[in-house]
Amino acid sequence: MASEMARHVVAATADFPPGTRRLLDVDGRAIVVFNVRGDYFALLNRCPHNGGSLADGVVTGLLQSAAPGEYSYARQGEIIRCPWHGWEFDIKTGKSFCSVIKARARPYPVHVEPGHTLVEGLYRAETIPVRVEDDYVVVDA
Amino acid sequence: MSPALPTNIADCDIHPAVRSMTDLEPWLSKQWIDHFRTYGALRQTHYVSGAPYHKSQPNASRRDAYPPEGGPQGSSLEFLRKQHLDGNGIGFGILNPLVQSQGVRNLEHSAALCRAINHWQAEVWIANEPRLRASIVVPYEDPEVAAEEIAFWADNDSFVQVLLLSRTSFLPGQKRYWPIYAAAAEAGLPVGIHAFGNSGWPVSSVGWPSFYMDEMIGHAQTSQAGLVSLVIEGVFERWPSLKLVLVESGFTWAPSLMWRLDKTFDTLRSEVPHLKLKPSEYIKRNVWWTSQPMDEPENKRFLADIFDWLGWDRLLFSSDYPHWDFDDPAKVITFPATDEQRYSFFIGNAKAVYGF
Repeated sequence: MASEMARHVVAATADFPPGTRRLLDVDGRAIVVFNVRGDYFALLNRCPHNGGSLADGVVTGLLQSAAPGEYSYARQGEIIRCPWHGWEFDIKTGKSFCSVIKARARPYPVHVEPGHTLVEGLYRAETIPVRVEDDYVVVDA
Repeated sequence: MSPALPTNIADCDIHPAVRSMTDLEPWLSKQWIDHFRTYGALRQTHYVSGAPYHKSQPNASRRDAYPPEGGPQGSSLEFLRKQHLDGNGIGFGILNPLVQSQGVRNLEHSAALCRAINHWQAEVWIANEPRLRASIVVPYEDPEVAAEEIAFWADNDSFVQVLLLSRTSFLPGQKRYWPIYAAAAEAGLPVGIHAFGNSGWPVSSVGWPSFYMDEMIGHAQTSQAGLVSLVIEGVFERWPSLKLVLVESGFTWAPSLMWRLDKTFDTLRSEVPHLKLKPSEYIKRNVWWTSQPMDEPENKRFLADIFDWLGWDRLLFSSDYPHWDFDDPAKVITFPATDEQRYSFFIGNAKAVYGF
């Protein structure tokens, strides 16, 4: 599996600010990458419930209730809500907060690499400008 | 890997939207254009001008269904074609517009809006897309005028059913509504009763629920009450050929409802001597259900039992596009079924009911 993965440049970090997302096509697979407060996470863009496009969902937080009448709102910006049926997933792990099925949005490893390591042949989209001093977001898929 | 879907499947519940109510103005008189702009169109819902519960997604629709040219989800024929008809392999789709019109308290205004919506469906949607057919939207709280609306469009091939909503102000089997069923039977058109509407009553028979989730569940209860009324009042005895399609009402409740109806009929039949058949016999002869929103039991094979109990000839695939609780045809039969059963569900039953 790992040997079949390739590194795909998503964007320069400078062009991909916190709170935003990018949808990319990796050899026919739609993958959505999120910037959560400076950390990057990627999910297969297909809700495991019924296939909705997670890239079109609302990024939200996790509203929890320890007991009736008690509410806590946590993890703002770390939860993606599917635009169809509203299923919620942890952007960082792909885990579902709906317990009825063991659904998990498929996560992909994402990391930031220094710009100069990418200049050597991994750059697939020629139209993306190379700025050696900047860092780039890369997805392994 | 689930089996391939049949091609050109029938979707028996698609919701076209107006970009705004001004889309209807070509078919409204100046009186009603001015009236709407000045006073709006009040429905039978207390104290609010819109829906009594906020929906969970904007316009109760998928966030990925906004047309690229702008406007609300479902308002672009071109995008509906691309995203849904082409995207999901739909060869036949029925439009059920939930544009404010039915249930508007000013009955003359309600009738004018319904007429305009029917023109809009025929001239903007059906005339430009051969895969689509429309439902005649009628002002059901004025049943005589609703019957006239049915007769007006009965010979127009754009229309394949009469649309009512489940939240009528009185139970739908009652005599006041009979002109609608008489006109539909006369025209040979099925009556589709879609969940929702504004009756003036809470969705629950014991008051207004606190949550939208309550209302979502309550649509099934409303539809059950309506079906019981239609059976017991003798609508299917009077119009034996009438086809009734319950749309977006759920269906997994139907087998147990039939069991209870039949048991009660055995003990109380002297109260309802006009019924010649058992309630379940009317239902199995006259009633169909659309599938969305499909229930999702953990063991999907329980759904196969429900299909068997109701009959595979009774269920019609529907997606509810572009609404947020959309069912994807590729994901809807999640249990073992034969090719013949799948064909009936996705195409054959709709052909039998709507005659396309």
